[in-house]
Amino acid sequence: MTPYLSLAIWVPIVAGIAVLAAGRGDRGAAAARWIALAGALAGFVVTLPLFLHFDTSISAMQFVERTSWIPRFDVWYHVGVDGISALFVVLNAFTTLLVVWSAWEVIQTRVAQYMAAFLVMSGLINGAFAALDAILFYVFFEAMLIPMYIVIGVWGGPNRVYAALKFFLYTLLGSLLLLVALIYLGGAAETFAFQAWYELPLALETQLLLFVAFFLAFAVKVPMWPVHTWLPDAHVEAPTGGSVVLAAVTLKLGAYGFVRFILPILPDASRYLAGPVIALSLVAVIYVGFVALMQADMKKLIAYSSISHMGFVTLGFFLFNQMGAVGGLVQMLSHGFVSAAMFLCVGVLYDRMHSRRIADYGGVVNTMPKFAAFLVFFAMANAGLPATSGFVGEFMVILGAVQANFWLAFLAATTLVLGAAYTLWMVKRVVFGAVANANVAALEDLSAREFWLLATVALMVLLLGVWPQPFVDVMNASVADLLAHVARSKL
Amino acid sequence: MDMKTLYLLVPLAPLAASVVVGLFGPRLGRAASHWLCILGVAAATLGSFVVFRDVAAGNVFNGDAYTWATVGDVRLAVGFLIDPLTATMMLVVTFVSLMVHVYTVGYMAEDPGYTRFFSYISLFTFAMLMLVMSNNFLQLFFGWEAVGLVSYLLIGFWYTRPTAIRANLKAFLVNRVGDFGFVLGIGLVAAHFGSLDYREVFARADDFAATTVSLWGDAPWSLMSVVCICLFIGAMGKSAQVPLHVWLPDSMEGPTPISALIHAATMVTAGIFMVARMSPLFELSETALSVVTVVGATTALFMAFLGIVQNDIKRVVAYSTLSQLGYMTVALGVSAYSAAIFHLTTHAFFKALLFLGAGSVIIAMHHEQDLRKMGGLWRLMPVTWATAVVGSLALAGIPPFAGFFSKDAIIEAVHASDIPGHGYAYFAVVTGVFVTAFYSFRMLFLAFHGKPRWGEHDGRAAHEHDHGHDAGDEPDAHGHHGGPPKESPWVVTVPLVLLAIPSVYAGWAYIEPMLFGDYFGSAIVVRPEHAVLWELKAEWRGVAAFVEHGVMSLPFWLALAGIALAAYLYLVNPGLPERIRRAAGPLYALLDNKYYFDRFNDFVIAGGARRLGAFLSSVGDRAIIDGFFVNGSARVVGWAASLLRHLQSGYVYHYAFAMLVGVIALLAWYGR
Repeated sequence: MTPYLSLAIWVPIVAGIAVLAAGRGDRGAAAARWIALAGALAGFVVTLPLFLHFDTSISAMQFVERTSWIPRFDVWYHVGVDGISALFVVLNAFTTLLVVWSAWEVIQTRVAQYMAAFLVMSGLINGAFAALDAILFYVFFEAMLIPMYIVIGVWGGPNRVYAALKFFLYTLLGSLLLLVALIYLGGAAETFAFQAWYELPLALETQLLLFVAFFLAFAVKVPMWPVHTWLPDAHVEAPTGGSVVLAAVTLKLGAYGFVRFILPILPDASRYLAGPVIALSLVAVIYVGFVALMQADMKKLIAYSSISHMGFVTLGFFLFNQMGAVGGLVQMLSHGFVSAAMFLCVGVLYDRMHSRRIADYGGVVNTMPKFAAFLVFFAMANAGLPATSGFVGEFMVILGAVQANFWLAFLAATTLVLGAAYTLWMVKRVVFGAVANANVAALEDLSAREFWLLATVALMVLLLGVWPQPFVDVMNASVADLLAHVARSKL
Repeated sequence: MDMKTLYLLVPLAPLAASVVVGLFGPRLGRAASHWLCILGVAAATLGSFVVFRDVAAGNVFNGDAYTWATVGDVRLAVGFLIDPLTATMMLVVTFVSLMVHVYTVGYMAEDPGYTRFFSYISLFTFAMLMLVMSNNFLQLFFGWEAVGLVSYLLIGFWYTRPTAIRANLKAFLVNRVGDFGFVLGIGLVAAHFGSLDYREVFARADDFAATTVSLWGDAPWSLMSVVCICLFIGAMGKSAQVPLHVWLPDSMEGPTPISALIHAATMVTAGIFMVARMSPLFELSETALSVVTVVGATTALFMAFLGIVQNDIKRVVAYSTLSQLGYMTVALGVSAYSAAIFHLTTHAFFKALLFLGAGSVIIAMHHEQDLRKMGGLWRLMPVTWATAVVGSLALAGIPPFAGFFSKDAIIEAVHASDIPGHGYAYFAVVTGVFVTAFYSFRMLFLAFHGKPRWGEHDGRAAHEHDHGHDAGDEPDAHGHHGGPPKESPWVVTVPLVLLAIPSVYAGWAYIEPMLFGDYFGSAIVVRPEHAVLWELKAEWRGVAAFVEHGVMSLPFWLALAGIALAAYLYLVNPGLPERIRRAAGPLYALLDNKYYFDRFNDFVIAGGARRLGAFLSSVGDRAIIDGFFVNGSARVVGWAASLLRHLQSGYVYHYAFAMLVGVIALLAWYGR
């Protein structure tokens, strides 16, 4: 059997090292680009079987590989994917391809290092999604941050040190507590194979303490209100590729932690604390929606919109019904495409105008009609228009919420108005109207590279919106199994 | 051809045309683009005719095209339900759309966005067909939102105009408020029925008639009331019922062909269609029906008043549309669903006619829309004038024109109803007849009769609009200085004539089968205690007797009085309206400001949202979370770090690298 998961993890990492070797300094930039593209493409192709050959009828882990790694502590190189994780490996590899492609002639300094950072990060993120050993997960989960720091720190904006430090502070506490929780559970279960922890009996007090530890680590990553303020700053300072990966994939790891660790390992605590988590999710949807409305910086606006959309994910997970949980996962997938596309669009504008301020734009459609068409399309997806991916998850979560409680759905559904308001108001001010100034008048429309880049994402957004069945099918069995675990008390 | 293939072809033909023209329009050129779109819609129209005949022969189809998603045991599908209600809507939609496509060739002739416009209206036709042909709530919502999207794109078609891009944002957001309710209604259906398929839901609706849910405290709410009111909120958005009507007048910023197609004949009637389609649910809730009746009656009467004071020719027609949608809604409320669909059909013809006629006048007037600067056009534009007369007579409800039959049926149905609120509704719809006749003939007289007022401004008129038409993107093909008004080309007048024909005969020809026959079959469900149309049917003695009864009753005389008053004020004594306006100062101000809805929304809702957002952003995020917690801990860390300054290089990624090296070294050591 081909070790697809190991390939998904190591192909990009090896490619990243090769890129570094090829492009020392600023010489060899062209070689670095081509090797990076080849690596990203190969990295994407090896993940396709995870989707195409996925057995949708079973909930168990598939494509499993297991070898001893640190025998002294019984730590294994143990990877596998189920319906919850499989698609995110593919999404991540796809995103890496987008990032390499999008950086093609945009990044001119330290090209090799830039490409390498993303390739290595891609492998590490795949590792985190695929790991079935808690320590292996932790290593990937934390190591993935390092290339991100580098990307923000080297290619970032003027305030990058502040942003990186803020991110660092936010994650520091959560990471340590996560490690403590993992080691505790490893000791209690006498194994780091965390699927065994799903069956481990735990007293409610223990569960609650562990819940807090896990929750802090993952909630920061999602991010949930009120530990969200690092994200807008990180996005503003990050280069386009950094924002794309951050929004499309990194945030998903936090949400993934909820379904992989918190819900099945701590079912009683999850049910006990579902109310507060749902409340925080709804605050994210509504409070952050209002905050997004008033942002003057496009990247900040999309960052806040991300937080709001991720609120739907955590809401869906804590409804404890199939519709809500599948909806949450679909929302993660969709947000991967839509937020990536929105940040790519801002990148297109930033490359030309070197400004992210909404007020510096106006009437872009006059000079960039193709770009405007894409931006309006992605904005509609961001606002959850049916037949785009943005609708599917939101709709399912709302359906799931009605099942749980009408008023939850009522509050969640405000996003229909809020999401449209902040997204389309931005579009109105940036895209429509008469040409606002000489800079806008001088804009050039999309290059062929930018066009096909956005067109690729647009096709995915459309496909997932028009026919989500193939994706939902992958998730169903594993989600049902997850919900069975949540329903079973461990006391 | 297999009927199933035909069902697919009808919506997909316009979609294909739209996609091809949307992507390659500029390369294809104008003629190829409009031929492609016209061909697509013509195919859909032809297909709809065939489907209609097939359905009339008694064939009903209900089947899925593909499974959209299966979540747990809930299967969500895309599929078609082809029954008389659907077939009627398909015919109305494709026919009006075809007329508008042809008309557009003339109206938009010199517009730089010509091919884009065709792509949009074909896309609209696809979306609207998906909406009416759906056999489930999901696809209904898809069509619902897709027509909203196209409406957004078309209202903002002239995207350099500040008023247009403000109007389209407003339209989308107000509709989203309606959708908010709609989604909750769909969610409740899914939660309780475990399905979004019409057939399954309607079949089991009766089982849920007595189901209650507790929403607030312990008070039990009838599930069906909550579901239907939620769904109706969606209809209020799309079909512009008070207080969600505010977007429709502003939507007139879009080019006139789409005002006819989307904002008069088809999209805005989606809400009416939806409620009629949901009749098995609405019939189970007296409360919901009562709400529908009162909201509809309020819209019918109070929006009609606003039509009196408008001076923009398109806005008069827009307020008339609001009022007529109110009539349809009232009909739904009193369980006269088929009367609502009947009025929807006749209204689609005569209102599209009036809008396209207004467009023809606007072309002739070199894009002047102010009625005060028109007058005396009838001699110069005989076809436009004659068809406008037909449209106005139909709108005012004068027999034998189509509007008379459908409107009179609604009034009679309201009269026979005993739903709570029917008294108010009866007063509203009867008074509305007078107001409708008055404003529609006011418009007719101001535009086509009396002394020409355009001569005074000729040549400068085009530069003097007060509705923001100065943004420079105006299609000025017809010339800013094109001399006296003249009749529009045949691509404009032929659709007018073709729409005028059903505006004349659709009433007497279809009233008997649609209202009193078994035309809708099981598509519309009416419970015996609400069956107002049965009472009408019992008195039905044929078209002639219906007309005879009509001209003997109050509404007809009110309509004549309205026309007479309009004639007196605008033909006989044209100085009088201005004196009345001055005398009725506060009342006029109330109407001129549209009951202050816009001011309220701008200040309280939009302004409130912006103020709340600014507050949460500056106080919540920046002052409390960042200012106190984050930077507070950063300062603590910074203070601690200052003690260790000699280790600090200041770059986080240096540490990050050190960490990575450390982790790998550690693991390598243990992993030996």
